[in-house]
Amino acid sequence: MSMTETPVVASALLTNEVGLHARPAVKLTQLAKSFAATVELALEPDGPWVDAKSPVRIMRVKAAKGTLLHFRASGSDADAAVGALVDLVARGFDENAGEGADHA
Amino acid sequence: MRAKVPTMPEARHRGRPAAPGFAAGRVVALGTAVVTRRAGGDPAREAAALRAAMAKAAAELAALAAGAADDAAGILGFQIALLEDDALSAPAFVAIEGGAPADVAWRDALDDEIDGYRSAEDETFRARAADLGDLRDRVLAQLGGDADGTAVAPPVAPGSIVAASDLPPSRFLAIDWRAGGAVLLSEGSRNSHVAMLARARGVPMIVGLGIDPCCLAGEALVDAMGGEFVLDPAPATRAAFEARRRSHEIGAAEAASRVGEPAVTADGVAVAVHINVAGPDELASLSPTICDGIGLVRTEFLFAGEGLPDEETQYRVYRRLVEWAAGKPVTIRTLDAGGDKPVTGLTAVGESNPFLGVRGIRLSLARPEVFAVQLRALARAACHGALRIMLPMVTVPEEVEAARTLLDATVAALEAAGVPATRPPIGIMVEVPAAALAIERFDAAFFSIGSNDLTQYVTAAGRDIAAVAELANPLNPAVLRLIRMVVEHGRANGREVSLCGDAGGDPEAVGALLLAGLRSLSVAPAALSATKSAISRIDLGRADSAAGKGR
Repeated sequence: MSMTETPVVASALLTNEVGLHARPAVKLTQLAKSFAATVELALEPDGPWVDAKSPVRIMRVKAAKGTLLHFRASGSDADAAVGALVDLVARGFDENAGEGADHA
Repeated sequence: MRAKVPTMPEARHRGRPAAPGFAAGRVVALGTAVVTRRAGGDPAREAAALRAAMAKAAAELAALAAGAADDAAGILGFQIALLEDDALSAPAFVAIEGGAPADVAWRDALDDEIDGYRSAEDETFRARAADLGDLRDRVLAQLGGDADGTAVAPPVAPGSIVAASDLPPSRFLAIDWRAGGAVLLSEGSRNSHVAMLARARGVPMIVGLGIDPCCLAGEALVDAMGGEFVLDPAPATRAAFEARRRSHEIGAAEAASRVGEPAVTADGVAVAVHINVAGPDELASLSPTICDGIGLVRTEFLFAGEGLPDEETQYRVYRRLVEWAAGKPVTIRTLDAGGDKPVTGLTAVGESNPFLGVRGIRLSLARPEVFAVQLRALARAACHGALRIMLPMVTVPEEVEAARTLLDATVAALEAAGVPATRPPIGIMVEVPAAALAIERFDAAFFSIGSNDLTQYVTAAGRDIAAVAELANPLNPAVLRLIRMVVEHGRANGREVSLCGDAGGDPEAVGALLLAGLRSLSVAPAALSATKSAISRIDLGRADSAAGKGR
């Protein structure tokens, strides 16, 4: 990824019971794909970073409940991308209720 | 294949129950698809063949997903997302570039990926190996299929007992289970997607059998309640199995047909049975005539979405609940966050022992601005039915008084603003030993025993720790003695005492709870019929004198 500009970074605690699992991984990658920015995820603040638009790579991370997920993005809508992803993780991927959550 | 010996002795195998039920039928062993294909020899053609096979497999899954129920569509959607991700196939295309045939390249790439899951520490991640195994086999089948790319997997006859090492969800969904049948897996997991589907569709399943499924054949009797099956059963075994299956079916049918009747013990003592509800959606298929009201509404579901729920959202939900109950009491527990139920942005993070931390009423009083919104919504909804407020995790009387003061102020403010409101009665959960032991100190309209937490606090055995699960027994005499104390206090002072923990819905525990004096229980809707039928089998007069003789 070309790092000509300063990437946007943020982190969120993974609180949903099953961790970054099948459904959460699909939701996360679909949301990431809705942004033009390059979006990456890591378990440590200094990486290694994986493409947050790839469900296969996200599943390989095998992040369990209680893990702090780090995001970084660069591109025109990097701010919005990181904000939306952190928000998705913070609300537990809407796994507990059908309320709220109408992101596209 | 049938054995050549004319009279084969029966063989009994044991595994872990993953979906309950009984089934009898012929075993069909599913093996891994064997692919025979001629490699093109040219990397460009091999890559094109793999690409075409992947596209066909994805289309196949999409077709299955289109006709599937929500849970199944979610699982298939996950598989499609993986298949469409270049990261999955990249190693295969590299191998093809280096001269490998498409099927070998794909199989190796997927096996590597699957190994990564098999070695995971977390069982739910390990269970995903089956989803990837299915992708591997589907694409291989397409590579080896004829020119039209028709599927090579043979169809399974309805009613079959399907044996395999593991079963991909898509394969499970392609089988017609309406005529019965069951699933036997030598590997597998209760946490797998296919086990979830089997439970939802009532298909009995046993996992972890640890035997080679390929050598299974013949007739099988599957008892997925006990987690065992018998191959080539002797006539006596078959008769015993049929008797067990029939009594299970009769018991379930009878309990279900009598769910609308009030619960009465064998010697005529009436017991009120309420339901525990975690959201209004659960009530959609239920009629209020099956119960004596709602004994517990877990309002945490309102706080699971994005941000905290506003007054209007809460009011609408509470109103729906009391309107459903049509005049029967609806006991709504104020937010019981904390402990094992964190709420983002509300509960403390990093408490060393969350079960002993800021949870339940402690949290509500620490965040009065959040609590007040809930109280306003409750007071407004109370105009529409018999709504009661229940405070969780009460430890000292001052907490009840503080909540009462807040509620009074809330109702006064609503009335002053001309908003219709009623002041609902306030009761408390009895789950902290300090409250149970000194129950006379608490001025509450009703008491509800929270047996899950009361048990874990009395026995000092965490309910989420498997190693001490046996200690966390709600029938421990110390727990029952506390329940009896609360019941006696309630009787002497004209206060209703109920119980809303899991013990109320456990047929084995109901007798002891009634003997402790309880005449009101609140259970999960799914446990309602079993609880009522357990109550009808209890003769309190006889049980009491028997218990007296034992003293």
